[in-house]
Amino acid sequence: MEDIEALKNSIILAISETTSPDGLEELRVFELGKSGRITNMMKSLGNMREIERKIAGKELNILKQSVSGAIEKKKQSLLESKINEKLELERIDVTLPPRAQTIGKIHPISQTIDEVVSIFGEMGFSVAEGPDIEEDWYNFTALNIPPDHPARQEHDTFYLEAKSKGERMVLRTHTSPVQVRTMESSSPPIRIIVPGRTYRCDHDSTHSPMFHQVEGLVVDESTNMSHLKGCLIEFCRAFFSIEDLPVRFRPSYFPFTEPSAEVDIGCSITEGTLKIGHGDKWMEILGSGMVNPRVLENCGIDSKKYQGFAFGMGIERISMLKYGIPDLRTFYDSDIRWMRHYGFRCLDVPTMVGKAAR
Amino acid sequence: MKFTHSWLMDHLETDSTSEEIANTLTKIGLEIENVTNPGDFIKEFIVVSVDKVSKHPNADRLKICLVNNGEENYEVVCGAPNAREGIKGVLAREGQFIPGLDLKLKKSEIRGVVSNGMLLSEKELGISDEHEGIVELSGNFALGSSAANALGLSDIVYEIAITPNRGDCLGIRGVARDLAAAGIGTLKPLDVKPVKPSTGSPIAVNIDFDEEDKSACPYFVGRYFRNVNNGESPDWLKRRLLSVGLRPISVLVDITNYFTFTFGRPLHVFDADKVSGNIVVRLSKKGENLLALDGKNYDLDDEMTVIADEKRPEALAGVMGGELSGCTSDTKNVFLEAAYFDPIRTAITGRKLNLQSDARFRFERGIDPLFQRPGAELASQMILDLCGGQASDLIVAGNPPSIGKKNFLREDRVKKLGGVDIPSEKIESILLKLGFEPTKSRDGWNCITPSWRHDIEGEADLVEEVLRIYGFDKIPTNQLDFGNILPTPAVNTSQERRSFVRRFLALRGLTEAVTFSFLSEELASMFGGGKTDLKLVNPISSDLSIMRPNVVANLLSALGRNSDRGQGNGALFEVGPQFQGTAPSDQSIVASGVRIGKINEHSWLEESRNIDIFDVKADLLETLTAIEININNLSISRDTPSYYHPGRSGSIKMGPKNIVGFFGEIHPSILSNMGFRSRAVAFELFLDNIPLPKTGKGFTKEFLELSPYQAVERDFAFTVDIDRDSDQIVSAIRAVDKKLIKEVLVFDLFVDGTIGKNKKSIGIRVQLQPLEATFSDKEIDDISQKIVDSIREKVGGELRK
Repeated sequence: MEDIEALKNSIILAISETTSPDGLEELRVFELGKSGRITNMMKSLGNMREIERKIAGKELNILKQSVSGAIEKKKQSLLESKINEKLELERIDVTLPPRAQTIGKIHPISQTIDEVVSIFGEMGFSVAEGPDIEEDWYNFTALNIPPDHPARQEHDTFYLEAKSKGERMVLRTHTSPVQVRTMESSSPPIRIIVPGRTYRCDHDSTHSPMFHQVEGLVVDESTNMSHLKGCLIEFCRAFFSIEDLPVRFRPSYFPFTEPSAEVDIGCSITEGTLKIGHGDKWMEILGSGMVNPRVLENCGIDSKKYQGFAFGMGIERISMLKYGIPDLRTFYDSDIRWMRHYGFRCLDVPTMVGKAAR
Repeated sequence: MKFTHSWLMDHLETDSTSEEIANTLTKIGLEIENVTNPGDFIKEFIVVSVDKVSKHPNADRLKICLVNNGEENYEVVCGAPNAREGIKGVLAREGQFIPGLDLKLKKSEIRGVVSNGMLLSEKELGISDEHEGIVELSGNFALGSSAANALGLSDIVYEIAITPNRGDCLGIRGVARDLAAAGIGTLKPLDVKPVKPSTGSPIAVNIDFDEEDKSACPYFVGRYFRNVNNGESPDWLKRRLLSVGLRPISVLVDITNYFTFTFGRPLHVFDADKVSGNIVVRLSKKGENLLALDGKNYDLDDEMTVIADEKRPEALAGVMGGELSGCTSDTKNVFLEAAYFDPIRTAITGRKLNLQSDARFRFERGIDPLFQRPGAELASQMILDLCGGQASDLIVAGNPPSIGKKNFLREDRVKKLGGVDIPSEKIESILLKLGFEPTKSRDGWNCITPSWRHDIEGEADLVEEVLRIYGFDKIPTNQLDFGNILPTPAVNTSQERRSFVRRFLALRGLTEAVTFSFLSEELASMFGGGKTDLKLVNPISSDLSIMRPNVVANLLSALGRNSDRGQGNGALFEVGPQFQGTAPSDQSIVASGVRIGKINEHSWLEESRNIDIFDVKADLLETLTAIEININNLSISRDTPSYYHPGRSGSIKMGPKNIVGFFGEIHPSILSNMGFRSRAVAFELFLDNIPLPKTGKGFTKEFLELSPYQAVERDFAFTVDIDRDSDQIVSAIRAVDKKLIKEVLVFDLFVDGTIGKNKKSIGIRVQLQPLEATFSDKEIDDISQKIVDSIREKVGGELRK
């Protein structure tokens, strides 16, 4: 029986030394094939006496199982190393750059308008719009700015060659004409905001011939200055994401509101850097007031019954303040490098549920 | 407007600090822009006496002055010719900053003599250009005390912004009145005593207007002075004018400026000896002109108010006096004018002549129409005090314009509009202090508008007056009434769509630009615009002189600028307005995009290629799909505007007429005109032309029926004439069986001589979807045959063998 043990050892050794699936198959046929060595040994059992056969049979069975087990195991390992070899060949430089995928950016003006809309939308305002080319009536007269009123001179108006009702048409100098159009075409309660392009005949480092404003108008039977204050304080704090942002209301003058207030927010300037929030300085950011009864009447609304407030602010200005964009003129330059830097991700849709103020 | 603290204190009795005054000014709507103390930067310098002057041993022109600060003596080297014993001067010591020299004084030795400081000139002090000698202080100033004080430079200067409605605060007295109303002291009474005449006037005044122009100058008050002396103004007057930025000229001129700033009452003084005959206030005549005090000659039309003599206009009323009748140092006899001129006419005159002045600024905002006589009396007294001479009676023409507007303020209106409870007595006292003469009745006050308040038009103005003086900060804050907790949508469907398109295009790789609504006429006409109506009358430059007919032109220019900065590949879009005319309906919102350059230009992975028309066609169709437009219902034709390449552009329509977009290559000649060397492609999506989804349908989507049977795909290759559009083949195939044919896709295009002259081969994959049972071979063959037949009939194409 020592022969069988020795045989087993020698076969196992041979299996382990085999390096290819073909060699392994050859070995299997030689040992376990139809006329293989072990097969033949098992065949020869028939010639033995029963008692011997029983013992030898058991041993041969063990031998056969060990050998076929070892071959199977070897087969797996050869297969594995073949796969590994192949994978090794497939190795690539994973540090190479991937396929380029360009995603564009959203302009700060659009983003800021969306932010403003999302905040006022939460307060029940809806967006209204009007034309950029306006009649004198809508841009001035209906808003209580008659011809030769000193306030007109502060508007640096662009005039068009075209005339309407004997007056030159203008590029709207503010979004306020949409107040008039809305009041003429609907009846209170009114609660609108009006983002849009506006134009003034002025061009230097802090003025652009075209810029954007957002206008707000509330008209109903009871809205008063305390609501104006509440609404605009909420807005400023939400927009700049500063819960206790100081907000100051300062008497001022606009022909279309009475009383009128300019709104300042607190800020500080340290080493030339402006920071919105607490500090010893105030920064003017918007104009507001109770709608002048004359304007209501001009728009066909009974000023004895209805009242409300209006406000307006520069989109670029609040965008510059919030995002630290230094130069107004760069907004319109379409410099791709600038837009990549100051622009916004397109999936960054402002909402009050998420972060309207990012 | 600027004024000094001491000047304000002429009219206000208060012990409030300058800080309290500044804060209150902003609080009541007279916004502080600046508070400066001109003495701040010279406050370290002190008054010294020069006790002894000796010659410098080593320099002819230098002296050694022994100065005394009240406690000690110093030796100071000085070169000023007026340095002499007995005068008082201003001393700077080592380490102090000399503003006029812009340096810190160091201890120095001048030609072997140590100088322990420096006696300063006005130039060195930084208060004037005077550098002839050192400052000589006249007055009994304590040695060692502040030189700023001795020089009268410790007067704080306030600068405030005045809104256009507050003409009354363009005079310091008006500011004082507002401050007093707000609790800063009391307004000092104005003591106006009529000047006793001691001579007659050789000049009479006549107001001469047609009835309809009478408002131009309803009232004129003047006075003749004999034998005045028009020298330099006294120091206090010069100092005040200088501190608010006015240059002292001569005492008569200075007095008029002083009244402009003190009372908002511009005056004019004529040299009476240069006036021919009597004075008449009238409209100018076309062809007349006036050499004004600014040295310029102005051509007048027939609508300007002038003060004329018998020969010519001598002054533009309310705007500027004339040079020829102006006062000089030789002037002996003068005529003072204090009249009321119509604000609108004054404004128009000033604007027409492009002539700004302190007088115009006040007249066009409206001066106090009842202050002619008091103003003239006060100015007369000042002239007599400072120039001597004898005054005539007041020479008066016309009558003061009628004022006395009345408004009723309902007591509950303050609360209703202002949202704050203010005690009735407080309301009344504010109105009283502002000059409204309120008379209480059962539910409010009758208020007479003071003559100086042109801005008060109604009850709301009175509410504002009360609130601004009471303090906006005392108004509580309240939230708007919501009705519902959840807000309704802020944007409508088309606004929402615009915003969606914007973000979708950015996701597709285009960056958003915001370009001007105007461009150059040259560019506009290249891009199909140039209508005269849309031209600006007053553009800021010719590059921005006409409203844009489309956005493509601006985006292309922007890409050109980027290319000049080394960004040759680019994709920009803008969602904004374009203008076909001036009516609101001529303005439409368009999503436009331009791409230029190469894709994969530096890729190790993929082959580089030029951007082409199919990139922008994809932008357009993908965007339409993204806003849920079925692009299978759109048609494409070749009728595009002339700025596109005629053979490489398409127009996308919904139905036969409604154009929803253009796409294509920009016309090569336009590109070369604009300096581009590569091609550029563009698309335009007319958002306003795309119908909105029907409202009221609810949100339920159509029921989706998924077939359990496998779809079958068949490929065909057709040979067609080379100028056949693939679209025709696709439509012909679709028309064969609208139910079974699910998809038709062009997957191959092949042009080669072997196919035949002027022929091309188009490979098409057709997907067939069985509805009731799996297709049999025969069914597939039948439908395939129908497709082949249809192409032969409708398009003249043959199945390629």
